[in-house]
Amino acid sequence: MPVLTYLEAISQALREEMRRDPAVVCLGEDIGAYGGAFKITEGFQQEFGEERVLDTPMAESSIVGMAIGMALRGLRPVAEMQFADFISLAFNQLVNNAATLHYRFGFKVPLVVRCPSGGGVHGGPFHSQNPEGFFFHAAGLKIVAPATAADAKGLLKAAIRDDNPVLYMEHKYLYRRVRDEVPAEDFVVPLGQAAVRRPGRDVTLVGYGSTVGMSLEAAARLATQGLEAEVVDLRSLVPMDLETVLGSVRRTHRAVVTHEDRRRGGIGAEVAAEIAEQALEHLDAPVVRVAALDTPVPFSPPLEQFFLPSAEKIVEAARRVARY
Amino acid sequence: MMDPAPPKDVIDIPDADYGDIPRATLLDLYHYVRLTREVELQLINLFKQSKVVGGLYPGYGHEATTVGTALALGPDDVLLPLHRDLGAHLARRQPAKFIFAQYMGKATSPTHGKDGNVHLANPELNIVGCISHIGAMLPVAVGISYAGRLLGKSVVTMSYVGDGGSSIGEVHEALNFAAVLNVPFVLVVENNRFAYSTPVDRQYKVRHISDRAAGYGMVGDRVDGNNVLAVYAAARRAVERGRRGEGPTMLECETVRMLGHSVHDAAKYVPPELIEAGRRRDPVARYESYLLRKGVLQPAEVEDWTRRLHREVAEAVEWAEQSPLPEPADAGRGVFAEPGEGACLH
Repeated sequence: MPVLTYLEAISQALREEMRRDPAVVCLGEDIGAYGGAFKITEGFQQEFGEERVLDTPMAESSIVGMAIGMALRGLRPVAEMQFADFISLAFNQLVNNAATLHYRFGFKVPLVVRCPSGGGVHGGPFHSQNPEGFFFHAAGLKIVAPATAADAKGLLKAAIRDDNPVLYMEHKYLYRRVRDEVPAEDFVVPLGQAAVRRPGRDVTLVGYGSTVGMSLEAAARLATQGLEAEVVDLRSLVPMDLETVLGSVRRTHRAVVTHEDRRRGGIGAEVAAEIAEQALEHLDAPVVRVAALDTPVPFSPPLEQFFLPSAEKIVEAARRVARY
Repeated sequence: MMDPAPPKDVIDIPDADYGDIPRATLLDLYHYVRLTREVELQLINLFKQSKVVGGLYPGYGHEATTVGTALALGPDDVLLPLHRDLGAHLARRQPAKFIFAQYMGKATSPTHGKDGNVHLANPELNIVGCISHIGAMLPVAVGISYAGRLLGKSVVTMSYVGDGGSSIGEVHEALNFAAVLNVPFVLVVENNRFAYSTPVDRQYKVRHISDRAAGYGMVGDRVDGNNVLAVYAAARRAVERGRRGEGPTMLECETVRMLGHSVHDAAKYVPPELIEAGRRRDPVARYESYLLRKGVLQPAEVEDWTRRLHREVAEAVEWAEQSPLPEPADAGRGVFAEPGEGACLH
């Protein structure tokens, strides 16, 4: 099986979907002639033409608004935010327009918004965010966050084929650092399905995006200390596969949830609340969250390192719940 | 039902060249401005009887602007009306009974009670309803026209903002996109001189909103929004311009908001002279007078029309009143489209 980087897998998925279905189009800033800020759409305009790989003026709310219109009229647009941080400009279009068109009017809105997100890349406060939390709270938006190259491909295909608006959180830090086997053939990773990346009986480590790798690293360290951790990769935030998480917690009795988004009101809070509500009698310790500080993303490396979650912080949290 | 702003001393529609408008279209325009007025008066009536859920934002006085613009579109074109554009819905053949069901929050409304007042769509009629945030539908319209072109069809989109809405950032973004991408998009600016209580001299510095069109590199036009023939002719020009591949148009229609922002609003901030001027330029009365003067209609036909409209609207109200309210648990359904189930424009 071919080995691809996370970035290559995204590009491959997008190219294959554009070949498979003429309704799939891309739009965003610098994606056409320039091939995209991260070169994910390099060569696409040559293959698919300027109309299907559209370079837009700079206005994120109208990029998303336009994509909504394209979706209503029979296309399957994949809009790119050059950095996930700029999605705040499209908040209204996503939360009030895209998210409510089916509930109110019965329209399907087959729209994908690709969001290069995440820190650890010296990006500072406005090139490092993980904005999924804001949209997790809306009603009517699906959200996925791949952690592996295979999932980057399979989840993007699934997102494009979904008739609803899907935010695709592609983590920039993982672009070239994550590399794994990606099936060459057409495959999708269905939305709403978590994956157990490592079995274990002593504590459940839940994560998504960049924190899955951190959780696996933490699990390796914990194993040398006699603790076997089970790592659950959520993959899909809306819809979320809580059953896999709960099934794991019912066996391990302890849980740590990690995300790179800020702690307060982050998706980890939702997972923790659901575990407490649905599996309280199985818990031997409180559910602990590991997350970024409740601050803007700082720039200087020692500040950012302190801000971000890490394998070490997960190990510490796991040991805390194990000792409880 | 009592007309809250009866026209007096109506100022005639001037004789001018409005293009070659077939008699059938002249009568369509007449039918829909009258229907719009009739539905509006019934809505006000129902509101006073507490049969309307929530607010009512009357478009009384906007009939020429809304009907004249919407009738210029073809069946493959797409209409994106705003909250005061009842006339656009009706002119596009949106059934009046759906309007009443919407206002009453009934299960039979096109939104099944999920949204109210004029926030309704109709995929078969290529109508996309709005959200309350003004301007949000404009980039959507640009995207619809763009998609049409990519799919090899001529899809003109038409949407609306008011004088107030014209200040919103997204309006500028969308106009810029429309011009750069050269899409067939018509933005109707309904300038009724007031955004709730804010008069135009507190809203913008340019003399006319349509003066801004040049700033985007697109065509701007401005007409008497109380003259349905002038509006229709200008809208036709804009639609045809789009069809010829010559890009978007900003069409400013100057009118007067005859009633308050909502029926609750006594609108004492509006100078009485303005209301008086609006009353004398009542779009429905002027147009009827014009058609009678030109012999397109006879007085007996006008009476006939009145009877038919009263009956049609009464039946629509009856249908809505007899309709059930939605099942409470429906509130939790329909957030996402199931595979193969969602509607599409065509």
